[in-house]
Amino acid sequence: MIKPVGVIMELENGMVKDANMGMITLARQKDTILYALTMDGPAGAMKEKLSAFGISNIIEIKLAEDLRHNPDVRAKAVMEVVKKFNLSAVFGLSTARGKDLLPRIAALLGSPLVMDCFHVDLEKNMAETSRYSGKTLARIKVTGPVPVFGIRPNAKEPVREQASAGIIQFDAGSIVSKQLRVVKTSETGKGSKISLAEAEVIISGGRGMKNKENFILLSQCAEKLNAAVGASRVAVDSGWVPYAMQVGQTGEKVSPKVYIACGISGSIQHFAGMKTSGMVIAVNLDETAAIMSNCDYYAVADALEIIPELTKILGKS
Amino acid sequence: MQIFVCVKHVPDSAVHIHIIDNHHIDENIGFLINPYDEHAVTEAVRIRDAHPGSEVIAVCLGKQDAEKTLRSAMAMGADRGILIQSEKYHDSIETALALKTAIEHDGSPVLIFTGKESIDDQGMQTQFRMGALFDFPVATNVVRLEILSDKALVDTEFSGGVVNTYEMTLPCIIGAGRGLNTPKYPTFPDIMKSKKKPVQTLLFSDLKIQTPAARMEVVELIPHLQKRQPRALTGNAVETAQKILHILKHEAKVL
Ligand SMILES: Cc1cc2nc3c(=O)[nH]c(=O)nc-3n(C[C@H](O)[C@H](O)[C@H](O)COP(=O)(O)OP(=O)(O)OC[C@H]3O[C@@H](n4cnc5c(N)ncnc54)[C@H](O)[C@@H]3O)c2cc1C
Ligand SMILES: Nc1ncnc2c1ncn2[C@@H]1O[C@H](COP(=O)(O)O)[C@@H](O)[C@H]1O
Repeated sequence: MIKPVGVIMELENGMVKDANMGMITLARQKDTILYALTMDGPAGAMKEKLSAFGISNIIEIKLAEDLRHNPDVRAKAVMEVVKKFNLSAVFGLSTARGKDLLPRIAALLGSPLVMDCFHVDLEKNMAETSRYSGKTLARIKVTGPVPVFGIRPNAKEPVREQASAGIIQFDAGSIVSKQLRVVKTSETGKGSKISLAEAEVIISGGRGMKNKENFILLSQCAEKLNAAVGASRVAVDSGWVPYAMQVGQTGEKVSPKVYIACGISGSIQHFAGMKTSGMVIAVNLDETAAIMSNCDYYAVADALEIIPELTKILGKS
Repeated sequence: MQIFVCVKHVPDSAVHIHIIDNHHIDENIGFLINPYDEHAVTEAVRIRDAHPGSEVIAVCLGKQDAEKTLRSAMAMGADRGILIQSEKYHDSIETALALKTAIEHDGSPVLIFTGKESIDDQGMQTQFRMGALFDFPVATNVVRLEILSDKALVDTEFSGGVVNTYEMTLPCIIGAGRGLNTPKYPTFPDIMKSKKKPVQTLLFSDLKIQTPAARMEVVELIPHLQKRQPRALTGNAVETAQKILHILKHEAKVL
């Protein structure tokens, strides 16, 4: 049986984020036809890119202009689309925005929902995610109509498959929210920093960075690496960096291709947020720090020396 | 006004988890109040104190032992507790139904607080399920809350420090984020006082909740294997940096 599956696109500065492509690849399974749902931009501009990843239809959802950022309105619009196109499952990114949208959709639909999935099997209705603050993987069976899956960015390598996407307009201009009004949004502006959850490379600092100023060394290196900067809770609690940069059990859960930990000891709570990274490189003065025995490469060295050196040679190469 | 706070009894984050028969954990470990729920309790108490005549009621669905988490909430200032006792595991769909039923039984909420997520299930959804059941608006990862006469103004935080401000009608549901406040550790007298506060115990089965059509069921837990084989990068700072560059380029292929 053919399964029409909805994949909610997340845009940034009018562009389809790269993280969507991995999600589309994950949603593309036996007997599926994929509908990309967009609420933030003209479908025409993304047609070529989405076609290259096997999207059959792009549904351009037109919301009332002044309600475009309202998560309640957005969730209701997706629900209407699910009904109209008889979608059998919905995928979205488990990003900060996804965490404010996908549970609303599932609650409205009375659907099962698994957030932060690494893998989804639509034949078996099984999702893989993490549990116990990242200490275990869990296979979760979902039962019931139109399961919703939040996909962890970078969980799957994007793979192309050529299709030719048609464009469908869907008017949701009459959907309103009586209960929730958006007073102010601060959208990430142009040239904004790379989001932690989606970064391919993360360079993080902990207590070993010693102060706020030294975090600039990490930002400078990150700029050359096209990386995001993360931090341990100690760095956050010391007031060196904002909470939004915290990686760990009570911070962001990340799966970059490379995680570079500078002056971080590797506590169980820090690992909870980054253990699914592809490669871990640790720079620490203490050879016995937990992170040194649980990484791919380690340097027993002063991060305050190594990082500026790395920035320098990156600049040259 | 009645302010409810949903608090979950979760395994201590610092302990190692042992998996038994493939889909349970050995629960013979320390359990604590879910860290985000501490922020929820703290905020509920702050709002109560600013609105004389209000009361804070902590609600928990859990095993008998979960009374400890209600006591923690009361040591942090909640006035009383409701334990919905069940020896079974419930997914967030059933949990939200149980919490809603118990809250409705007890009174009429103006505010319901939750954490933004539980650290064991990492579901991120119980608050939204309750919102749909009550038909109340919901905001999650709330880092600032202001109660006006008939509405709530909240800042919710997105990644990269981006903040959105929502205005919601009352009653509403607030999923507390870490930036909302700084929970105070209860003092010894707080703890002694909390022991005298009332906890009402309801049995889950007495709530007569119909099994929902939708379900999420853990069929297998797999330990996160640490298969990494650490290799040393040696040499002076320049050499080490060069080695890292080489790895990023040729092995990780991110440059
Ligand atoms: C409920 C709860 C939730 C938590 N959530 C989180 C979370 O989300 N994220 C998180 O990170 N933590 C979290 N923690 C805190 C966690 O337990 C640790 O305290 C914290 O991760 C330690 O941070 P750190 O590695 O920066 O500091 P430390 O453990 O102090 O380690 C600093 C390291 O830096 C090294 N060092 C010092 N100077 C240098 C130098 N010049 N160059 C190189 N290395 C150097 C030292 O050898 C040491 O290994 C949580 C704790 C609790 C109880
Ligand atoms: N069994 C429970 N008892 C009380 N509150 C709960 C329970 N499960 C979840 N919650 C609340 O819902 C929030 C989100 O949980 P979750 O959807 O599991 O991430 C938690 O922070 C709690 O406030």
